[in-house]
Amino acid sequence: MTAMLNVKDLRAYYGQVQALHGLEFGLNEGSLTTLLGANGAGKTTTLRAICNMVRSTGSIEFEGAPLAGRSTENIVRLGIAHVPQGRGTFTTMTVEENLQLGAITRKDSAAIVSDIERMYDHFPVLKQRHTQQAGTLSGGEQQMLAVARALMLRPRLMLLDEPSFGLAPLIVRDLFRILGKINREDKVTILVVEQNAQLALELADQAYVIETGRIVMSGNAKDIANNEDVRKSYLGY
Amino acid sequence: MELFTNQVLAGIATGAIYACMALAVVMIYQAIDHLNFAQGEMAMFSTFTAWQLMQWGVPYWGAFVLTVAFSFVGGIIIERLLFKPLAKAPILTNVAGFIALFAIINSVAGLIWDFTIKQFPTPFGSSPFLGSQLISTHQAGMIGVTVVLLILLFFFFRFTRIGLAMRAAASLPESARLVGINTSWMIALGWGMAAAIGSIAGMLIAPVVFLEPNMMGGVLIYGFAAAVLGGLTSPFGAVIGGFLVGIFENLAGTYIPGVGNELKLPIALALIIVVLVVKPAGLFGRPIVKRV
Repeated sequence: MTAMLNVKDLRAYYGQVQALHGLEFGLNEGSLTTLLGANGAGKTTTLRAICNMVRSTGSIEFEGAPLAGRSTENIVRLGIAHVPQGRGTFTTMTVEENLQLGAITRKDSAAIVSDIERMYDHFPVLKQRHTQQAGTLSGGEQQMLAVARALMLRPRLMLLDEPSFGLAPLIVRDLFRILGKINREDKVTILVVEQNAQLALELADQAYVIETGRIVMSGNAKDIANNEDVRKSYLGY
Repeated sequence: MELFTNQVLAGIATGAIYACMALAVVMIYQAIDHLNFAQGEMAMFSTFTAWQLMQWGVPYWGAFVLTVAFSFVGGIIIERLLFKPLAKAPILTNVAGFIALFAIINSVAGLIWDFTIKQFPTPFGSSPFLGSQLISTHQAGMIGVTVVLLILLFFFFRFTRIGLAMRAAASLPESARLVGINTSWMIALGWGMAAAIGSIAGMLIAPVVFLEPNMMGGVLIYGFAAAVLGGLTSPFGAVIGGFLVGIFENLAGTYIPGVGNELKLPIALALIIVVLVVKPAGLFGRPIVKRV
């Protein structure tokens, strides 16, 4: 079985500094995979390399097509939605405008309207606040909005960069529950980068552990969660 | 009292032009974080183009529409050729680029059309507006065209997808790319629209200041004053700033002894300095906070 996303020998650079040292991993269609690791391990860089937001070499193939040489916006148009660190909310625009921006590359205006309604079903709080400036939302609400905005693309693959960052534990659980639902019901393949390993391993079916720019461990999420040595040496719980 | 009303109305009329120039400046500033010093020269060149078309026998409104279209394309070409390659360059490189553009357009206009003053027609006539001595039909026309333009722009940015995409690209380029917006072309489009708005301002003010290669120098300084007063981050503020500067300029020229016509321009410059010292973000601008 060929993977939906195939990453081979990925090396990424910030100026002279090399952040990734030959990363290899794959994502199966329909899977929910988590990429774990400590601060500075290269998790964010991996996501940014997939979307060509950082200089990199190596090969990244999405559904058999190489992504090298494509601009960020063209990669997004292939159906890869990226929820960046810090959420990337358009704070001066309304919640509804943020959702419309998520669908800005789509032409099917009737379906966009119904998709916005679907997002309000997933995230009722966004409906209450749909005319409000997005910058006035709480952190949790903004994260919901960021996920909803990404889904408005009708992505085949969704990349999430530390969605739990700065959120209260209860809100994180709620968010992860919705992510699981989106993965199962909407058949969106998901790659979520997390520092919160325990929760991410509960959610995911596949997991990779990254350390100083290399994959040091991969496998079934449950196996990794149950392996005490791995937990202690890499995940810190 | 009649003098006062007259000066305020005349101020609103020229203020409309400053509002257009300020808006053009703010649109480019929002897109690339630089002030376009050549905005006035671009508008002047557009106005000469309109004049040339009319010399060739094109009727006024035909020349008007063609000139706006020409300016729109010209703005995009300037961005693609000159400022897209400078996008990641240091500020001073960009400033040099703007000054070069200023000098080139000014000289080329002088070369083609020479530096003698030319009459530019008004489609509105210059008789008293509705029989009132307070304002001329051309001044009323300036206000009318500007207001229509501003309303169209408001609807464009508020209710069209491309307007939404342009706002997104200007406010958060990285997030805009992540929803699939081609931010580079949005910047080019912003340049095109700024050049088109500037061309309208140039054609409207030309009957008042006459047509010559240096006609927009003073106008652009008022435009800068308006943009700074309203706030460089706020298109709405730039428009309000334009009208305020127009009124302020006229009242100061009339009522402050010794100011007269000669010292009007230094007043605009003084206004820029005062605003930058007292309220750097302008009346309607957001203070710029950068995360480091």
